[in-house]
Amino acid sequence: MKQIIAVFTVVAVIVLFWYVACVPMNIKGVLTELERGGAEVQPPTASARRDLGEFGLVLDNSFAIPAAWEQGKPRLPSPHQVAIELWDTTVLKKINSKRSLVFHGWVTLSATMLGFVIGTGLGVLLAVGIVHSRVMDLSVMPWAIVSQTIPIIALAPMIIVVLYSVGVQGIIPKAIISAYLSFFPVVVGMVKGLRSPDAMQLDLLRTYNASQSQGFWKLRLPASMPYLFTSLKIGIAASLVGAIVGELPTGAVAGLGARLLAGSYYGQTVQIWSALFAAAILAACMVGLLGLIERSVLKRMGMAQ
Amino acid sequence: MTTESTTQHVIEARQLDLTFQTNDGPVHALKDVNLTIDKGEFVSFIGPSGCGKTTFLRCIAALETQTGGSLTVNGMTADEARRNRAYGYVFQAAGLYPWRTIAKNIKLPLEIMGYSASEQEERVRKVLELVDLEGFGGKFPWQLSGGMQQRASIARALAFDADILLMDEPFGALDEIVRDHLNEQLLALWARTEKTIGFVTHSIPEAVYLSTKIVVMSPRPGRITDVIDSPLPKERPLDIRDTSEFIEVAHRVRDGLRAGHSYDD
Repeated sequence: MKQIIAVFTVVAVIVLFWYVACVPMNIKGVLTELERGGAEVQPPTASARRDLGEFGLVLDNSFAIPAAWEQGKPRLPSPHQVAIELWDTTVLKKINSKRSLVFHGWVTLSATMLGFVIGTGLGVLLAVGIVHSRVMDLSVMPWAIVSQTIPIIALAPMIIVVLYSVGVQGIIPKAIISAYLSFFPVVVGMVKGLRSPDAMQLDLLRTYNASQSQGFWKLRLPASMPYLFTSLKIGIAASLVGAIVGELPTGAVAGLGARLLAGSYYGQTVQIWSALFAAAILAACMVGLLGLIERSVLKRMGMAQ
Repeated sequence: MTTESTTQHVIEARQLDLTFQTNDGPVHALKDVNLTIDKGEFVSFIGPSGCGKTTFLRCIAALETQTGGSLTVNGMTADEARRNRAYGYVFQAAGLYPWRTIAKNIKLPLEIMGYSASEQEERVRKVLELVDLEGFGGKFPWQLSGGMQQRASIARALAFDADILLMDEPFGALDEIVRDHLNEQLLALWARTEKTIGFVTHSIPEAVYLSTKIVVMSPRPGRITDVIDSPLPKERPLDIRDTSEFIEVAHRVRDGLRAGHSYDD
């Protein structure tokens, strides 16, 4: 109960701050519209207002404040505008409509899931190699780290162009970009997890004359499970970012990335923000789902009480 | 052939040396260690920290390799003996896998050694009874007290057919009352299984109470300063610790520890 109150307090503060921020952000546009509609605003010309500060304009034209929350193409849409847009484009639109966020969300989600599966598989394989082979430890890990220092926004168009030239398009390039972002946390987490058994545990297996593969399946892999789930949660969020970024440079017509891009081309800020929120909600749902799976798996393993 | 098997010692160390190379120069963990252990003996290693008692036990287990001298276990090199699964090892911490139940933890060595499923069940039942943990097979380690966890780890070391049981301060982390109880149980278990036991401790009463042979060691370099064959009978109720023989042996152990170690450094 206390937790819920705390969460709601934080949300309420953010929403309040957001509404307040809308006023100075939108005031110039609002005054221009009102002036065109015949209202008296201070100062009366747009060129005179241009050089004035937003806060001064708000104070001089306090009657215009409610209009700052209802603009058609605001600089900063107000929370309820975003909420209404989200409702309209998810619940009220048919899901096969080009304006449905469910449709766009699904396009991005499918690329995210595919990329996440590829990235996780690759990450786990690399981690197994790194833990068991000193050569791989020394050679792969630095490259894995370097790979994450390259901005994905710079790399994404190249991946898409190169893959297109060999005839691969559609969901695969997006999934690869998404995998590129998600394999890294899995590698780091799994290397740590597979190395988590202490010296005594390894000595114990030595006294049984256990083989390396027995040590892996019976000790290292089960011991790494809590680490795996932590990395998966980071990985799936990174996957979603990758899929969205993969939609930007192609001029894709479908997907949350395409919605963001189209919104910015046409100045549809409400659309941009609702796509952003859709992405955030999607990520939260996926992380939450993984959290549930984690709890049930660890509970079944006896590692959570 | 029969004469050879009676004269052959279970563990035999001759001029055993072990030097660790560290950044501060070589450290003589063991120097000129000579010791024989016969079948069915209960041998305690006692000494201050750094005297090499654990290192010697680890040498027997082939978890460390000596840098000089010879060491045979069951007539083989220590590493061959390890490959033949000649011993069970109990560490200071129980080290049970949190994701396995007690029964599954005990099955771990059996799975690794390839026992059949029915054989595994049978052995788990037997050793759980041996350490007085019947009915706890389905519990997870966190549901058990520290003493029970350590008993489960002893059961794990007993589950397969090793004649030697090596124990590295197995009760060091437990309180005195639990420790007394476990010592009593360990003696009963030793009498029933007739295993050869190597037991590292830094408690004088524990060493005297349990052992047929007490090996007193001292540090820098790690070496044996005294080997005491206990005159105590094999039947040992807890109150044997108040008898004059017991106190006499304890005195000798204490003297051995003093002689080998100057306490002013």
